[in-house]
This record gives sequence, structure tokens and C-alpha cells, in this order.
Amino acid sequence: MSDQSTMTGDLAPRHRQRGRLHAYFGTAGNSAVTLISLVVFALAAKAAISWLLVNAVFSGTPEDCKVASGACWPYLADKLRYMLFGIYPFDEQWRPLAATLLFIAAMAISGIPRLWGRSLIVGWIVLLPLLFVLMAGGVFGLTSVPTSQWGGLPLSFMLTFVGLVLALPLGILLALARLSNLPAIRILAVTFIELVRGVPLISILFMASVMLPLFMPEGVTIDKLLRAQVAIILFAAAYIAEIVRAGLQALPRGQTEAAQALGLHYWQYTFLVIIPQALKTVIPPLVSLFIGFFQDTTLVTIVGLLDFLNTVRTALRDPNWQGIAVLEGYLFAAVVYFVFSALMGAYSRFLEKRFRVGHD
Amino acid sequence: MSPIVLLRNRRVRELAYQVICVAAVVAVGWYLLSNALANLAKQDIATGFGYLGREAGFVISETPIAYEPSDSYARALLVGLLNTVKVALLAIIFSTVIGTLVGIARLSSNPLLSRLMLFYVEALRNVPLLLYLFLWYSVIIFTLPPVRQAITLLPGVYVSNSGLVVPAIIWNSGFWVAVVAVAMGVAAAVAWFKFVRHRRITTGKALPGWPVAIALLVLPVVAAALLFDISGDVDWPVLGKFRLTGGAHLKPEFVALLVGLTLSASASVAEIVRSGILAIRKGQREAAKSLGLSDGQAMRLVILPQALRVIVPPLTNIYVTTFKNSSLAIAIGYPDLVMVSNTIMNQTGQAIEPIALFMLTYLILSLLTSVVMNWYNGHVALKERQS
Repeated sequence: MSDQSTMTGDLAPRHRQRGRLHAYFGTAGNSAVTLISLVVFALAAKAAISWLLVNAVFSGTPEDCKVASGACWPYLADKLRYMLFGIYPFDEQWRPLAATLLFIAAMAISGIPRLWGRSLIVGWIVLLPLLFVLMAGGVFGLTSVPTSQWGGLPLSFMLTFVGLVLALPLGILLALARLSNLPAIRILAVTFIELVRGVPLISILFMASVMLPLFMPEGVTIDKLLRAQVAIILFAAAYIAEIVRAGLQALPRGQTEAAQALGLHYWQYTFLVIIPQALKTVIPPLVSLFIGFFQDTTLVTIVGLLDFLNTVRTALRDPNWQGIAVLEGYLFAAVVYFVFSALMGAYSRFLEKRFRVGHD
Repeated sequence: MSPIVLLRNRRVRELAYQVICVAAVVAVGWYLLSNALANLAKQDIATGFGYLGREAGFVISETPIAYEPSDSYARALLVGLLNTVKVALLAIIFSTVIGTLVGIARLSSNPLLSRLMLFYVEALRNVPLLLYLFLWYSVIIFTLPPVRQAITLLPGVYVSNSGLVVPAIIWNSGFWVAVVAVAMGVAAAVAWFKFVRHRRITTGKALPGWPVAIALLVLPVVAAALLFDISGDVDWPVLGKFRLTGGAHLKPEFVALLVGLTLSASASVAEIVRSGILAIRKGQREAAKSLGLSDGQAMRLVILPQALRVIVPPLTNIYVTTFKNSSLAIAIGYPDLVMVSNTIMNQTGQAIEPIALFMLTYLILSLLTSVVMNWYNGHVALKERQS
């Protein structure tokens, strides 16, 4: 509502006097807009209901779905576990499930600003190896599962999260280097950042998957998953560097000067005084970046990793279902991506509001 | 002086840091490169750009310029580049128009309309573009009827599971006359607006702007239509019993990519237009009103010119992003620069050169977009007094 009152500020009081309907049918033009919107909404709702419910098949065989014109729910039920966990050994799929749930819970807890502190960092340092062991196995009686069999939603989460966590320190260093007054270091940082930001992510992924093996000494092979992960880290670092740079530049010079006057040297005042303040101001854009990267990790599909989008895509090729349920999988994936992205978006807006209150 | 004493000197220390950094980068680079050269020599893969002149030998499904498999790799890359530019430019144009409308509609005082537009923007921003590309492609391929039962969207526009067929323009003399006529009309209308503005500033009298401008736009076209034959220059598709004949055929890959890129960029444009308009203080609108300007005049003369200053820089980013996002074409098989490069990589075994080449091309495209938009930004930026 605040958006509208800003736009029609001079009209706002009158709105209230004329009652609720005025906003919908106040003028002839407005009434037309309302009617058209209602028609659009009704048509969309009708199409959605008839596809999702009325004409849908809720149980049955692929043959039943072939005849019906609506959604094919048995397809989702049949392929759900493959879409979520890919080719991870079927009997062991409780492990990625547990890892994903643990991860989501940990993320939710970490989102509470009141809990931010050292213990949270320690918690993550303990949790991450635990999740890795849960996925990879090989100890505590867990069967070993090579990364080539990891897939689905846990893989998407991992690529995003590990990518950004490792990219953050790299990005901070790059931002500092870019603002450094040592010309050679500045030029190196600017070249890296602008080069990476100027090309599509897909070209970096290609580079990692096709070119990286060429650059390695003979006999050294790098895991396919690790290669994509390295590409995502480098890519994210360049974007994080620019966000952190904005935070660094927004900090008044007085902070540096005061720290220098206290006798702190460069690394001391940078990491004790400047970075903590700069990072705090850029947390909301960093969360937005996180959402973007969660979506961008789908690009690993193109270099053949079985992330969530790719498991959904390859599920379509199941000979039992081929050509029968063609949209169900994508729509399901869209809902999953939408829910996670929208949640993070809401969280980003919450942080923005909170920090704005803190500054005024 | 001993080295320890030397290190106390700030100048020396700074120099040392830089030398160490550069040396480390050079050393790692040299190490990787020597590995690569050794590996390539071992696998008997050629290096250098000699492959560009050799025969490509593969078919490209969409060729804006003449291309045969017997043409060179360089020509194949040019076709790919043109395909990239074609789809990205069209997406930029469509998304700007749609995004601006959606952005303004988001601010409508009608809650129903603004909610509907909020849903549009959120649905697009929270789902990966690549997923949408797969989805649109599947929608076209699997849910649309075959050509024989093509759906008529508009007169002359047919959509089926083999893509979209639209009326095509035949570039003969008659059409050039029409183009010249339109150009003359636009020039005359622009000149008229300049004159009206000049007149208003010097005498304070308002002349009718739009009615005369529209007349100026239409007149040359009508005159051209009367004097020359410009009617037969559009090739209308005809739905026959088994297939469509005539018109321009847009393949499913192209349509899916264009729709995906356009929608995704339009959501970003909408958010920027919205925040740009919101950034203008309420007082500006109130002042415009108290001067007796109508809502439309206030928007056109007061709000938008100021909002553009806020809008144009992030808009540049969206355009650059759209160019980069067009590289997702490879996922659904539209032969853009990346896909053609990928085919070349598979055929020649050379990876470094094709990747370096298309990375460089994207860098140049990003730079070009930025240059054009910065030039435009210079036009709309705040004109401050010369000191």
C-alpha cells in the first residue's frame, strides 16, 4: 500500500473517505482496468484449476495420463525421488534428505540476526564436514558414494552455498585489491573482476569443464563437480567484490584515519575496523546475490552435472513416461525454485528494513 | 643498508608486495600454459587460429546470412554471432516496452492491477531463466498442435509445434519507398516538436504537438502508398491443407529463447522503472499539479525526465545481462555464438581458442552496450551549470 500512496499522494485522503470500492471503480478508466484484470485473473484461475484438478489424473498408469488433458500427478509421485536426489543410490537416499533438511534448518537458524556471532561460525565449521561425510560416506559404516552420483536438490544447494561461502573471502580480498593504492595490485584485481563480469557464466563453466583439464599437469584429473564448483567460486567472487567495494566506499574516510591515528597498521585496521562495518551495510545486496546464484547454478546442467534442473529434465526421458508428462516436472521445479527464492527475497527485504532502522 | 632496514621503508615494502604479486600471477600463468602446451602436443591437437579458415562442414539451422557447410569456420562463427545479436537485440527492445508498461502498472492506484503485475514480476524473478527456456520450448514442442492445425494468433500469424510463422517483408524497391516515407515522417515530426518547444520557450504560446506530429507521420506514408505500389511487398503466409507456405518461419528454439529472454528482462526492467519513478519526490508531482499540468503532462514533462536519470544506469546492466543470458541458447539448441563455438570445439578438439574468442566477443558486446547507453545517459543526466 505504501507504493500507491507515494504515487497518488494527493489522492490518498480522498480514497479513504470514499470507501474501499473507490480504488477499484473510482473512474471510468479505473473500472475498465479492474474489469480487465478480473477477466485475466478468472481465465488464469480457470485454466489452472482445470489443469491441476478437474482434468488431472491423480492415480493410475502412464496410459491414463496419455488420455487425460490435465496434470499427471502419478508422474510426479513416480519420479519425485529421482528429481530430488538424482542417481544417488536409492536405498541410501535418506542421507541426502537428512543433509538437505539439516542444511535448511541451519540456514533458517543463521538467518536470525540476534544469533549472529562466533558460535554460529563455529557451528557451521562443525556442520559442513558433517554434511559432507553424510553425503560421501566411507566412514561410520556409511557406504561410500562418489560425487559423480550426487545430484538433485542437495547438489544445487551445495554448489550455491559452498560457492558463495568460499567466494566471500576471495571477493573481499579482490575488493581491497581494487581499492589499493598499489598500481600493480589494483590492475590485476580490476582485470580479473571486469573480465569475469564481462562474460557469461556459461563461458566460465565451459572453461572449467573443457579447458581446466588441459591446464593440469599430466596425470592429474580433477573431479567434474569440483571443476564446476571452482568456476562458480571464481564467478561469484568477482560479483561479491563489486558489492563489497560499494560497502567499502560508502564508509566515511574518518574511520580509516581514526584507526590509523590509533597506530593500527593496514591489515589490523582493515580487518578490525573497516571490513566489519562495510560488510554490515552490504548484507542485503549479498542476500540478493545469493538468490541470483541459487538460480544461476542451474547452468551446470549445460556442462552435464545432475543438478536439480537437470534431474528434472532427464526424468522426462524415462521411457515409461516419455512424451506423456512433459510440463509437470518443469512446473514442479519452478514451484520449488520459486518457494526458496521468494523466501530468501522476503528475508532480504526484512534485513533491509532492519538495517535501515538501525542507521536512522 | 641491510635488507631488514630496507624493509622498514614503506616505498620498498610496497614495491616488494607488487613484485611478489605480479611474479606469482605470471608464474602460475606460465605453469598452466606450459602444461596446456605439453598436453596439446601429446594429444596431437593443433594450436592457434589456423582452424578459422578451414571448411566447417556442419549445418546451422538458422542463418541470417548465406551459409553452407562448405563455408569456413570463421563464417560459421559470424552466423552464430549474428544469431546472438538478433535474439538479444529483439529481446532488449520488447522487454523495454513490456517492462516499462508493467513497471508503471505496478504503481497503479488500482490494487487489482498492481497485485497482478507484482505476481508477474515475482514469478519471473524467482524462477531460473534456464528452467523457463526448457519450459517454453516444451510448451511449443509438446502442447501446440502440428502445422496442419496451426493456431491463428493474429491475421497472418500462425503458431504451431514447429514454431511461429509471421508475414515476411520482401525488400524490393516498393518497400524501400515505404521505409523512406516513414523516415521522412519521423524526421518531420521530430522537427515539429523542436519547433513547438522553441516557440513555447520564446513566446510562451503552446501549439498542438501530437495532432500535427501524427499528421506529419502519416502523410508521407499515405502519399507513398498513392504514388507507388507498396502493398504487395509483404509475403503473407497461407495455411494450406498440409503446411504453411510463405511468410517467415521462426523456429521453436528461437521463439522459446526470445520469449524467455524478453520475459525475464522485462521483469527486471519493470522493477527499475518502478523504483525510478518512486525515487522522484512527491513534491515534484505536487508542484507540477499546482502549475496546472495534467497527470499525463506531469508524468511526461516532470516525472519521467527525472526518473530516467535513475533508470538508465541499471538499465544498461540489464541490456548487458540480456546479451550474456542469450548464451543459454545452447541448452535448447538455438545456434548462437556459444553453440557454434561448441560444435567447433568438438570437431577440431581445440578448446582454448574458440572459448577465448567467444569470451572476447562477449566482452566487446558488453563494452559496446555500455558505450551506447552511457552516451544516452549523458543526454538524460542532470545538466549542471558550467562553472
